[in-house]
Amino acid sequence: MDKSVDSYIMDDQDAGLFRVNRRAFTDPECLADERRRVFDKCWIYVGHESEVPHAGDYRSRNVAGRPMILVRGDDSIVRVLLNTCTHRGSLVCRQKSGNAKTFQCPYHAWTFNSRGQLVGVPGEDSYSEAFKREDMGLAAPPQVDSYRGFIFACFDSSADSLYDYLAGAREYLDLVADQSELGMKIVSGQQSYSARANWKLLVENSYDGYHGLPTHQRYFTFLSDIGIDLRGRDVAAPSIQKAVDLGNGHAVLEYQSAWGRPIAHWVSPFGEHRKAHFEEVRRRFDERFGPERARRICETSRNLGIFPNLVINDIMAITVRTFYPVSPDYMEVNAWALAPADESAEDSALRLDNFLTFLGPGGFATPDDVEMLESCQRGFANREVGWSDISRGMKREHPSITDELQMRAFWRRWNQLMTEPRLKRARKAA
Amino acid sequence: MSTVDLPSRQEVEDLLYKEAALLDEWRLDEWLELLTEDAIYEVPPTDVPEGDSRNTLFIIADDAVRIRSRVKQLLGKAAWSENPRSRTRRMIANVRVVGADGDSILVTANFAVHRMRYESVDTYIGHYDYKLVRVDAELRIRERRAILDNEALRPHGKISFIL
Repeated sequence: MDKSVDSYIMDDQDAGLFRVNRRAFTDPECLADERRRVFDKCWIYVGHESEVPHAGDYRSRNVAGRPMILVRGDDSIVRVLLNTCTHRGSLVCRQKSGNAKTFQCPYHAWTFNSRGQLVGVPGEDSYSEAFKREDMGLAAPPQVDSYRGFIFACFDSSADSLYDYLAGAREYLDLVADQSELGMKIVSGQQSYSARANWKLLVENSYDGYHGLPTHQRYFTFLSDIGIDLRGRDVAAPSIQKAVDLGNGHAVLEYQSAWGRPIAHWVSPFGEHRKAHFEEVRRRFDERFGPERARRICETSRNLGIFPNLVINDIMAITVRTFYPVSPDYMEVNAWALAPADESAEDSALRLDNFLTFLGPGGFATPDDVEMLESCQRGFANREVGWSDISRGMKREHPSITDELQMRAFWRRWNQLMTEPRLKRARKAA
Repeated sequence: MSTVDLPSRQEVEDLLYKEAALLDEWRLDEWLELLTEDAIYEVPPTDVPEGDSRNTLFIIADDAVRIRSRVKQLLGKAAWSENPRSRTRRMIANVRVVGADGDSILVTANFAVHRMRYESVDTYIGHYDYKLVRVDAELRIRERRAILDNEALRPHGKISFIL
């Protein structure tokens, strides 16, 4: 694609029009470019520190299309290792999770320790003196770092630090991470699903306040049926709401929501018997952070998109969701629940229950989102209609959560990475 | 210790086949009549098939209120993921009455549920664990747990109908 496309977007700020070329959703060449220009250049979410709490704990998973191992070494340092034997390529870790002192390749029995160092080579005397074990440890992404427990990897050794990369998103990660004094944890159970749609449709959808009422009418009917009072509450235009461009393609919606929140916004379906407990939890937040920040943590919901493919939606529960394209019209999605590490069994059960009302591939909302994304993808076969419109709220001073500022923040960054001439120059220089 | 009389496999099969037919035919209100007032319907995550929904993130963990709401939604027009509706065809096999727990009769059965939609065919494979009780001489479903063998909902994407 280095050859022809100057821009995938039309960004007319004077007129207030923003359009995205639908080739971005359908073109295999575009996807090939995305792998190099977006996924190999940006910080990509790998996992959460709580998933490997003890020395030797590991998780093997695909990240940015690569089999990787998230492992806490015997030195307690969390590492991200590329799951391929440096000998001839086999996966050295073939279990999804567990605890191990070593990873032994099943093919020729090369053995690596939990830090990734090569510690065993059968028949090592057959190698020349030039062969050195220390050169042959498991490879790692050139940069790995974490912020408040969220671990990221980056394949560009010259990329900005994770801290700088996250930019304004750090403030919102803090609002999530501050929900426990003992740290947050990923709850057992991974929702592994997919959509027959381009991955960027899920980026848009994950913080699309405009689709809430038409797409998720059944969810609001359900809330009403279980006794949540929606009267006098304009769910599409809550009194407190904002959409913020957080820099580097990250964006967030923050708003007062109709649903209850396990931290620490009580609603009647949670039961009268829990009301005092919620007030107690809330008081503790007031003490820790003062009333303003406590209100923000407890009573507002956040749909946070961290460029390019991490979503942390702190809504009726907290979901951590990441996704990756297999082809232009098919993505794999992994989602987890995030909770305070010290949450009681009863609070945790309530949180998971609240999660499932809306979220996940069997919830009362996510399946309809998947449906809409797949519907868009099928519609894109009409190549005569070449552009999608993302103009909502463009001329407003303070765009609302039903506007599309957050998507424009994503698309501008994405388009910049996809069209900047950096690669061409680098190639010429080489 | 259990005092409940175990039903014959044939009686259990009759119930499960009837249930499968009602679900395939979208007669969901009639399906609800097969359930007890306090029924539970669960689908564990594919990586923790033996999990407990109180401490593990499931795909579905419906209590009776949510089951009824789910049916109402599916029979309405706004459950877009099932409007238009999927065609489904359930194959229920290897039915076994495996014991009792108090007054609950424990039943297990294998399933292959084919879903046809937009000219794709996705197959959900796994087994059911049922807890049945006898109410007024009839067997009713107190708990049904659909445990997937699929390692992920790929390419299925979702469980939008009743599995």
